[in-house]
Amino acid sequence: MNTSNIAEKEPKTTAKLSSEQTLEIEDNHITVGSCFSDNPKMTMRNVNVFYADKQAIFDVSLDIEKNEVIAMIGPSGCGKSTFLRTLNRMNDTVDGCRMDGDICMDGDDLYAPKLDVVELRARVGMVFQKPNPFPKSIYDNVAYGPKIHGLADSRVDLDEIVENSLRKASLWEEVKERLHQPGTGLSGGQQQRLCIARAIAVSPEVILMDEPCSALDPIATAKIEELIEELSENFTIAIVTHSMQQAARVSHRTAYFHLGKLIEVNPTEQVFTMPQHQLTEAYITGRFG
Amino acid sequence: MNNKSQVLSKIQSSLARRNRAEARFRWYGRMAIFIGLLAVALLFIDIVSKGHGAFRATYIQLDVRYDQALVGIDNLTDAEQLIAGNWQALPKSALRTYFPDVSGRSDKRKLYKLLSNGAGFDLKDRLVADPSLLNRIESVWILADDDIDTYYKSWLDGNPYDARMSDKQVKWIHQLHQEGQIALHFNSNLFTRGDSREPEQAGIRGALMGSFFTLVLTLLLSFPIGVSAAIYLEEFAPKNKWTDFIEVNINNLAAVPSIIFGLLGLAIFINVFHVPRSVPIVGGLVLTLMTLPTIIITSRAAIKSVPPSIREAALGMGASKYQMVLHHVLPLALPGMLTGAIIGMAQALGETAPLLMIGMVAFIVDIPGGFSDPATVLPVQIFLWADSPERAFIEKTSAAIMVLLSFLIIMNTSAVWLRKRLERRW
Ligand SMILES: Nc1ncnc2c1ncn2[C@@H]1O[C@H](COP(=O)(O)OP(=O)(O)O)[C@@H](O)[C@H]1O
Ligand SMILES: [Mg+2]
Repeated sequence: MNTSNIAEKEPKTTAKLSSEQTLEIEDNHITVGSCFSDNPKMTMRNVNVFYADKQAIFDVSLDIEKNEVIAMIGPSGCGKSTFLRTLNRMNDTVDGCRMDGDICMDGDDLYAPKLDVVELRARVGMVFQKPNPFPKSIYDNVAYGPKIHGLADSRVDLDEIVENSLRKASLWEEVKERLHQPGTGLSGGQQQRLCIARAIAVSPEVILMDEPCSALDPIATAKIEELIEELSENFTIAIVTHSMQQAARVSHRTAYFHLGKLIEVNPTEQVFTMPQHQLTEAYITGRFG
Repeated sequence: MNNKSQVLSKIQSSLARRNRAEARFRWYGRMAIFIGLLAVALLFIDIVSKGHGAFRATYIQLDVRYDQALVGIDNLTDAEQLIAGNWQALPKSALRTYFPDVSGRSDKRKLYKLLSNGAGFDLKDRLVADPSLLNRIESVWILADDDIDTYYKSWLDGNPYDARMSDKQVKWIHQLHQEGQIALHFNSNLFTRGDSREPEQAGIRGALMGSFFTLVLTLLLSFPIGVSAAIYLEEFAPKNKWTDFIEVNINNLAAVPSIIFGLLGLAIFINVFHVPRSVPIVGGLVLTLMTLPTIIITSRAAIKSVPPSIREAALGMGASKYQMVLHHVLPLALPGMLTGAIIGMAQALGETAPLLMIGMVAFIVDIPGGFSDPATVLPVQIFLWADSPERAFIEKTSAAIMVLLSFLIIMNTSAVWLRKRLERRW
């Protein structure tokens, strides 16, 4: 659906551009920019993802550096979410979705047969597009991860984890008086911070965020962006966003995806000031997307 | 300018037509609902008008002398004597005392027919409960015979039905009435006794208990099995042609006429596994087969309605699939599942045909005390009474229907209430 939209749009976009430029991607496009790192947290090599017979990600190779915030941008339907979800194997839950290529975290193959996804997802947390707190109390939302992974030895321990996580998610002051009221009663922005608190309660190493602010108003968005900056001291963060301003504000590096291909990865500043690839330039100047 | 006003006038003219169409459509809807409600109202009016009388029974007040010699006993704690005693002599002598002028065999027999032929045993129960009454006189309201009951009620309504009454009996009743010795009282027998050939002694307690045991078994079997099947099919089963096949067949089962389940129960549970006939166990098994598809289908719908975002949240936190189901899907789907279970139970409560096939249609006087006692169920009791020739069973039938309908209304209302109450909280 999404892709077909873009496919329809593309010829028009091409027509708009000056004649010496073309917007075709070569079939064997090689990502431009700096996609590798000397100090990687996660490494992805030649990743392809398919939904049944349809390929959604084409031969993507990328490193995510320790404690960086990497933003993934691109027109909708270009495969940002799909790619992000390969990093904690959430795509395993989608019927007919399969992938090939290598993805490693600290040298461990994430798709090794003996690897347990339960452990992986404790190490790689995820925050979704729409705030999705459990229909339980605020406390239980945050305590859920530690409980199922057996991280707390006692009630006091658990209380401490909950408080720390809520503090790190800058939500503690707002909810400390009503920890036992339902999480679904919070405002959208608070709910999303609750989801972040829930994710960091199990002390993951990497946090994946899939358009975490797209359902929020500007003030709530600003709070989350501030929070991402604080979190980047302790966590490695990969964030998908459709807002270029947001990518520019929070990320160190930016990866631009187009029709399932990784076009360009560069330090954020460079991507938004001197993009290397014409497609990136076309996108950030608002000519499509 | 001209053009614009033309467009406007066109819109206006079509507006009137559209409004008329909408009004007409609303009328159709209202008519449909009115017809539906009318049908329900007629049904209720008919049943209540026929059945309300059964909640009261005719009693005759007489002075009873608990004469030891007359009954022929000397020890109230001796069970054998209690059984052998001529208890029927007590009400008879009480009648003779009240109507001293009645003489002659045939007149006396007519006189004795005023009271239920169970009256002596009721008096025995009173005496056993209070042995100090022995050889004393007590004024007691004694249950009247069903013909008397029918006549007296119809006479009170101004439309006496005396086909089964002799002139003398009519005269006696009127005498009793004038002296205030005959009256309608609450018919507790209806709720405390089992079935009987004598309409005035027949009650629905036996059928109620039979329905209770049958339904308990049905619920205990069908809910866990149905919910497990639904969870497996929704959450764990691979989607392939086998699961499609199973799904189609579950839907088929839901549409199979219930009598087929009765035949199946007869062939399998009774003929192959030798489960005894007429007991709640076999009834429960058959109704389980019948209810399972309903519960599986509603439970699957309830599971489907749990939003995927909650599942993703749980999986994203590292919950295993089993934990995701147990901690998140099940609690959210439970109200829907319970609603389905209640509706399934209401269906099972009203089910008659399959139970006829497995012998739950027998005439059973004793009130069942467990899953393996011969029993009948409420709708079958209604069927049996509706089939009885005695006129007094007409109102009993309607009264039993009223009780059944009340249970159905209670169950369906609680299903709606549950759904409203526990509606999605996300
Ligand atoms: N569950 C799915 N089944 C089949 N195709 C999917 C599924 N999810 C996404 N896709 C397809 O994969 C492509 C990439 O989608 P997605 O990763 O959601 O894009 P983005 O997040 O960049 O908008 C789209 O063409 C989309 O239609
Ligand atoms: Mg997306």
